[in-house]
Amino acid sequence: MTATVLPMTLVDRTEELGEELDRLRSEVIAMRGADDARYIRTVIAVQRGLEAGGRLALAVSLMPPAWCAGTAMLTVAKILENMELGHNVLHGQWDWMGDPAIHSTTWEWDFASPADAWKRTHNHLHHTYTNVVGRDRDLGYTILRMSPEQPWRPVHLLQPLYAALLAPVFEWGIALYDLEADSVVAGRKSVRSFLGEIANLGRKAVRQSAKDYVLFPLLAGPSALPCLLGNLTANGLRNIWAHTVIFCGHFPSDVRTFTEDDIDGESRGQWYLRQIQGSANFGGGFLLHVLSGNLGHQIEHHLFPDLPSNRYDEIAPRVRRLCGKYGVPYVTGPLWRQYLSMWGRVVRHALP
Amino acid sequence: MPAFALPFWFPRLRPPALPGRVLAGLGWLTTPLSPDDYLGLVDPLLSARHPAGVVTAVRPETADASTLVIRPGRGWAGYRSGQYVPVGAELDGAWHWRTYSLTSVPDAPGGDVTITIKADPRGKVSPYLVHRAPPGTVLRLGPAQGEFVLPDPPPARMLFVTAGSGITPVMGMLRTLAGRSGPAPDVVLLHSAPRPDACLFRAELAGLAARVPWLRLHLRYTRTAGRLTVGDIGALCPDRRAREIWACGPAGLLDVVREHLAWRNVAQERLHVESFRPAAPPAPAVGESGGRVRFGRSGVAAESPASVSLLETGESAGVPMPYGCRRGICFGCLVPLVDGRVRDLRTGGVHGEPGELIQTCVNGATGPLVLDV
Repeated sequence: MTATVLPMTLVDRTEELGEELDRLRSEVIAMRGADDARYIRTVIAVQRGLEAGGRLALAVSLMPPAWCAGTAMLTVAKILENMELGHNVLHGQWDWMGDPAIHSTTWEWDFASPADAWKRTHNHLHHTYTNVVGRDRDLGYTILRMSPEQPWRPVHLLQPLYAALLAPVFEWGIALYDLEADSVVAGRKSVRSFLGEIANLGRKAVRQSAKDYVLFPLLAGPSALPCLLGNLTANGLRNIWAHTVIFCGHFPSDVRTFTEDDIDGESRGQWYLRQIQGSANFGGGFLLHVLSGNLGHQIEHHLFPDLPSNRYDEIAPRVRRLCGKYGVPYVTGPLWRQYLSMWGRVVRHALP
Repeated sequence: MPAFALPFWFPRLRPPALPGRVLAGLGWLTTPLSPDDYLGLVDPLLSARHPAGVVTAVRPETADASTLVIRPGRGWAGYRSGQYVPVGAELDGAWHWRTYSLTSVPDAPGGDVTITIKADPRGKVSPYLVHRAPPGTVLRLGPAQGEFVLPDPPPARMLFVTAGSGITPVMGMLRTLAGRSGPAPDVVLLHSAPRPDACLFRAELAGLAARVPWLRLHLRYTRTAGRLTVGDIGALCPDRRAREIWACGPAGLLDVVREHLAWRNVAQERLHVESFRPAAPPAPAVGESGGRVRFGRSGVAAESPASVSLLETGESAGVPMPYGCRRGICFGCLVPLVDGRVRDLRTGGVHGEPGELIQTCVNGATGPLVLDV
């Protein structure tokens, strides 16, 4: 991790940067309209179509081509559902449409963690305290050590191993993490609400597992086993992909971390600045961005988490120009490089 | 005559009646979505969770009013004559909701419903629905509501006092009465409109009054004859004390009716009133003071200065407000707006429609408002 030292002039101009970003935000809000609505509805239609198609193909997946097609369709459907739909709808990016069917308060997603639990730990804690050691629970998910500010313990020697093992079961890791068991131990959360959340997660876990691992395989009759394997594969690939995208958003080595003192009395401009310094982009084409929920534009997403994701690509060059103008590093690179850089950091901080 | 006809290829599907238990079972396969989410994607009319209807015809009534014929979908639960319906229209990607009186007969064959809308030139939704929404447009429909309804059976004698578009719920009741066989109640209608050419349903009302013996119609054109006065009601309907009264129109008309009744000592319980609120209030000037916020469910009210967020106002008044990041990011603080408008403290923009979910941490009051919390 490199704690980039900012030129002094930047500190004075932080509020100016904040105002420019505020203006950019207002511009996008004024532009939002029918095209954006059509975009999200198209993604929804494609996602549900792929899911239905994938399920149908897996119902006859004794035939190998049907298994391949079905698993591929279901994998893409689940990825779209989590990344471009679930994550972004739950951020309230589409609440402006006033459509109760596409709204952060009504949406539930095909991911183990219930939407309510996720909205609290992700939208509130992670997006407010981005990369603040001790506050941002996303940072290292409390079990990983990702910065020298975190005390080293011998168990961290194993972190490359368990970071890798987490990938295929990522959704369950997130679901457990969203329960915030450590907060109960620390007395920040009541046992009663903890038990309530466990019950919510349990109910959702039963339905999620029943669908993928019991009901659809049973309906597939003679294709039960390949159908089960197809569903397992789709969930696993989706988990690995989500793990990759999310780890590449905040953990490449040029991304800064912050201390709680850094954010004491933080202004709006300083908050924006921290979001830029605490996030990393990765480049790619339209398809890569859609499949990653536009989180390749992690910097833009962290600056404006409530703007429709389809607009990030459009404002990215302008954000980058602003960063150049104010001398703020804008971390970006191809996905593979960010991925390797992220693993480099995991391995480096496994050691004292 | 419909001004437009539906293209022949337009689907005329009747929604299938799927038993609830089948849908609940399918829900285990579509979880976390419901089968309804897939049905709605195939055809919005098939959704029960988000009831919708399709405009099948638009009939101009006057220069600035039209009747929309709407074929409701699976989620539509029916209505009583005189009720109004919340209608959602999509404009520039965002849904906007308004309420309109239903003018059709509830058990009419075919099940189509009609609403008659007068365009408010300052408004956003009504001009669109009156002048621009083509047949085929899908509208969302809320549940029909309101207690301004035709009783079943109706009382023997009825008096309707209406003005302007206040005729719309009464037109629904008259059509319902006209469509029934058997004895109809004795009805007097005092309706005011600015001019003959601006009078909704003028030909139909005149035709009905000529055709049926039970309806007496008094049309009043206020540009020439002036507005209805307290004395006019007694002069035009001498036996009003023997009648149950329905009044619908602008506040001025309702005041006249109430004053007349108080003056005449007619029991207020015989009066049914529906008021049409004036359309969107003018946008307040920037820098204007805040307003009084009522927290509906908590039963608390508090003064909220212009620069203070609704979240802070609620919390200092002891209301258990949902909250999150307090920065307008996480949408953890959403609360439905019941009435009034709010100002975005970040942009100064004034917005808010009844039912809209408000981010209370970044919005302040602009005039009196009610929140459902």
